[in-house]
Amino acid sequence: MLFQLTRRLLILLASLAVASVLVFGFMAVLPGDPAQVALGVNATPELLARTRHEFGLDRPLVVRYLDWIGGLLTGDFGRSYVTGERIGPSLVDRYGVTLWLVGAGMLVAVLIAVPAGVLAAVRHRRISGAVISGLSQLGVAVPGFLAGIVLVQVFAVSLGLVPSGGWTPPVVDPVEFLLGLILPALSLGLVQGAVLTRYVRSAVLDVLREDYIRTARAKGLTPFRALLRHGLRNAAVPVVTVLGLQLTTLLVGAVVVERVFVIPGLGSLLLDAVGNRDLLVVQDVVMVLVLTVLLVNFLVDVLYAVLNPRLRQVG
Amino acid sequence: MSGVEDIPSGPVPGAGTRAGRRGANASLLVGGALVAAVVLLALVSFLWTPHDPTLVDAPNRLRGPSAAHWLGTDRFGRDVASQVMVGARTTLFVGVVAVGVAALVGTPLGVLAAMSSRRLGELVMRGNDLVLAFPALLLAIMFGAVFGADTLTAMLAIGIATAPSFARLARGGAVEVLGTEYVLAARVAGRRRLAIAVRHVLPNIAGLVIVQTSVSFGIAVLAEAALSFLGLGTRPPTPSWGRMLQESQELLTVSPRLALVPGLAIALAVLGFNLLGDGLRDRLDPRLEARG
Repeated sequence: MLFQLTRRLLILLASLAVASVLVFGFMAVLPGDPAQVALGVNATPELLARTRHEFGLDRPLVVRYLDWIGGLLTGDFGRSYVTGERIGPSLVDRYGVTLWLVGAGMLVAVLIAVPAGVLAAVRHRRISGAVISGLSQLGVAVPGFLAGIVLVQVFAVSLGLVPSGGWTPPVVDPVEFLLGLILPALSLGLVQGAVLTRYVRSAVLDVLREDYIRTARAKGLTPFRALLRHGLRNAAVPVVTVLGLQLTTLLVGAVVVERVFVIPGLGSLLLDAVGNRDLLVVQDVVMVLVLTVLLVNFLVDVLYAVLNPRLRQVG
Repeated sequence: MSGVEDIPSGPVPGAGTRAGRRGANASLLVGGALVAAVVLLALVSFLWTPHDPTLVDAPNRLRGPSAAHWLGTDRFGRDVASQVMVGARTTLFVGVVAVGVAALVGTPLGVLAAMSSRRLGELVMRGNDLVLAFPALLLAIMFGAVFGADTLTAMLAIGIATAPSFARLARGGAVEVLGTEYVLAARVAGRRRLAIAVRHVLPNIAGLVIVQTSVSFGIAVLAEAALSFLGLGTRPPTPSWGRMLQESQELLTVSPRLALVPGLAIALAVLGFNLLGDGLRDRLDPRLEARG
């Protein structure tokens, strides 16, 4: 177990190192000069040279990479080429906003998927099971932003129950914060819930076919009670793994949903930076997102090993 | 094998269960019909559309459905039905290229990982995991920032990001095939690795790859729609379902039809590819045959 954990940790660190080289290298091959972008087309050559020097763009690539990665490790994300402001504070703020969104979306997805998936599996021979499966199949096909647009139209514009967009931090007004979180969380969570429902159904169906469930049923337990007592932990193993991977999907889905609901999260920061060609911001945000994905994958692996005793022995 | 690699690839698990198998023909039929409809729309749009989809007709802006404009007109007076038809072409084009790149890169890499030495196989799969850390949308945004946003960069990004799922699937399938007796016999007979890969492994995993192609197509369509919605995909004036949705967002209260039409088109196309994948999986996946 300890060996496995150490091995996974080393792989995580190596992946992070390679990913950082990829992100940096990719942004460095960019055609065009960040100094030119910052100053506009009318900048004099002297001014351009001075700005390039200020940004540190006249140094060798290796030095720039080490400087960037060293900064990241100490929490210094550098200064925006366009506004000149420090990137760190706004990145941290917006990361928090996106995490709220992803967390709430995940909660919605789980609250939908676990009961719906279990029900669809237990009643897979009945109409109710088939209806849930059909609905989840439909849900998988709907883009999150479309769900968002429809939800805004119905619940914000027509019924006026919740705000149609914007963001209130929880410390400023908790009630307004929660109200504002409902629609974005639903648009993220409904679609992911549909995907997750199918995995939960599949996992529970597999468990229902196991011998120990048959024994429990033979002892007189209903399928539901047998499942509750013996099957859920086993069904949880694949579901937790998928849940972890879905965090990644939610994180990226949040980029789009933030656009629909005008939420100042990491996605908006990234898209605005792409629009302004603020490349250091793009580089930092992409790296933070990739770091999150790799960390989540690592944690899923660890959790998977903890939940599944059979895997603890495997080298 | 790490936990992440054990996850069934694609968003359609449980298709091989008994209940799923009963519905397999229905899935195949409905999915096939929906996909055929999208293909037909796209093909017909090459020969004929009710109107020029890019023709601005200000006096006729925001008109409801009529005999002249079956699905009405948008805020510039452009015919929505014609845009949907040409949009189908964009959607299929993106899907074919993106999934083509993914399958052509991912499948050989997966087979290579299965057939080469343990160390090289491990290296390929680690590289695979690393690419997985760059989700399609994120990669497309990066590509957009560097190369400028258009259909080609979107397609490439989606293709590269989808390749790992093909590689993982191909590796799993190839490992199974390599363990069979006929491959052993071929090895004993002195066949070269490449010959074994081409004659035994690839034909036997073709079913898996076809299923994954269908499922990935759905994912590619969703990704392109999202990118066009963000203004990072297909550029105007080329019609795209995602951009039609984006343009309709401001007019939602005035004309919800403008969002409904492309939204429905996207959802039905994705549903079609997913159902087709489900149906094909039940027909083609040998592992499900064994499960009965």
